[in-house]
Amino acid sequence: MSEPRTEAPFGRRLAPLEANRELGAYRLLAVRDPDGPTNPRPGQFYMLATAEGWGADGERPYVPRAFSYARARGDGTLEFLLEAVGPGTERLGRVSAGESLWLTGPLGVGFRVATDPKARHLLVGGGIGVAPIVCLSDELGERGEVLLGFRTAAHAEAATLFDHPAALATDDGSAGRAALVTELLRERLDRSGGEPAVYACGPPPMLEAVRAICAERDVPAQLALESGMACGFGACFGCVAPTRNGYVRLCVDGPVLDAADLDSALFAGAGH
Amino acid sequence: MSGAFDLCGVPLRGPVLNGSGTFDAIAARRTFGDRLLEEFPFDAFVSKTITIEPRQGNPPPRLWESPAGLINSIGLPNKGLSGFLSGDLPQLAELPVPLVVSVMGFSRDELGALVAAVGERDQVAMIELNVSCPNVETGLVMGADPAETAAAVGAVRPLTDKPLIVKLTPSAGDPAVAAAAEGAGADAVSLINTLRGMALDPRTRRPWLGAGTGGLSGPAVRPVALAQVASVAASVSIPVVGMGGIASGRDALDFLDAGAACVAVGTENFRDPAAGRRIARELAAVSRNERGFSAGRTRFSQDRPKSPAKVGKTVK
Repeated sequence: MSEPRTEAPFGRRLAPLEANRELGAYRLLAVRDPDGPTNPRPGQFYMLATAEGWGADGERPYVPRAFSYARARGDGTLEFLLEAVGPGTERLGRVSAGESLWLTGPLGVGFRVATDPKARHLLVGGGIGVAPIVCLSDELGERGEVLLGFRTAAHAEAATLFDHPAALATDDGSAGRAALVTELLRERLDRSGGEPAVYACGPPPMLEAVRAICAERDVPAQLALESGMACGFGACFGCVAPTRNGYVRLCVDGPVLDAADLDSALFAGAGH
Repeated sequence: MSGAFDLCGVPLRGPVLNGSGTFDAIAARRTFGDRLLEEFPFDAFVSKTITIEPRQGNPPPRLWESPAGLINSIGLPNKGLSGFLSGDLPQLAELPVPLVVSVMGFSRDELGALVAAVGERDQVAMIELNVSCPNVETGLVMGADPAETAAAVGAVRPLTDKPLIVKLTPSAGDPAVAAAAEGAGADAVSLINTLRGMALDPRTRRPWLGAGTGGLSGPAVRPVALAQVASVAASVSIPVVGMGGIASGRDALDFLDAGAACVAVGTENFRDPAAGRRIARELAAVSRNERGFSAGRTRFSQDRPKSPAKVGKTVK
């Protein structure tokens, strides 16, 4: 199987903002990217920065931030889900009509999806990590069953991005079941006897639980990971994850890794 | 840009290099495809530093964003000499610009073995001696002292005819180290490397970086770099490759006017993969529009004569 990677145009490009709307506790940015490819692979990501108010005058943010795309519309529009957790995401969350973003991508390697039309797929998303699960769900359609977990009902608004029905859990029970999404996964695998392949993205403790649950049951799993990243194209060597084959750069060898290559998805710097 | 240009006798199409370890042309080609070669951002490519043995590098976390900059503790991950020669060198040889290979040894013997092995490869135009990586203890020692530097450069000088660039450590703000490198046979010096820095994890109140401390780069260091470049350029007659937070053509012009023959782009590559091309374009524009001469020409030549054979210059 060839690498699920769509090459990026070289360099960064200006992408005008189309919309910045509230989606519960998150924001959904839509940007126009007419010069980029319309066929990025689910799990690939883009580096984003605002064209103004980023790095030049202010102290931070300085380097761009990495975001998995949630959806690449055929008309050249890209959608990103974001939550303001620091100076970069706060600035991006305030981007307004008439502004443009600097955008580089698509970057990295996405989910490797079996081409067998009878194969069954279990998609697991947690919090802001549901973004790459949206486009993967679009691609798999009825063959992909989706399990989602959020902190609260406000965060669970992101579940409305999915075109297909998804099982829902929240930490506080304010939407769906009061449970962790990994409990839904465990129950689902035990019910089915464990034949589907699992694809997951979410916070490091969730990904580590997915890894352990799948490892116990010999279920193949792919995890979309995150680590502090400056460049997104292999230049800085900053975003490494420890694997059974040594450190790998999540931006060029990931962000999607086979769970079987990891001793743990909870490594120093994971998720930052 | 008018006319040809050279560094240590190696013809270059312009004066913009990359800082070692700030651009992986092989990974970039996986990401951007052959468009990288068509629009290659630098006029010479400096490899990531290689060592005799393979290295995994430092434990994560490796990065911390600081005001107008970045602190990194990468720790020189590389495939080792034989892995580089068999795996990376054939791919780097496909780049459309001259190749500078950066090497670092933990002893003079190691440095000598690296220089000899790399120097005999036709694909290699120049060798940069990394005596300044602040993340590796011995690197600090070798480049921090004039006598140590002279001994290291002197030991490897007879082993190759290729130009040797000595990358200075900013711990040696004293231009005596640069003069010692020149005296021992260096063909050029490059500076600055990153400045030692630290960040605390806001939650645990312990050092954030896996290695405890790291190297600060980006616009935050630019004034420090400019002062060191000016100081070194005033005390040696070999070309100086100036770097440290260069993010625009105007920044590059500052370094050239301070006495650098060439400039290198580092952290800005992380923000803009094509930064080298943009900076070269901007440099040509500001030089032409505001200064009336072409970019890349030696500055201050009236005030401070340099050895004409070695200075990057406009060839008539």
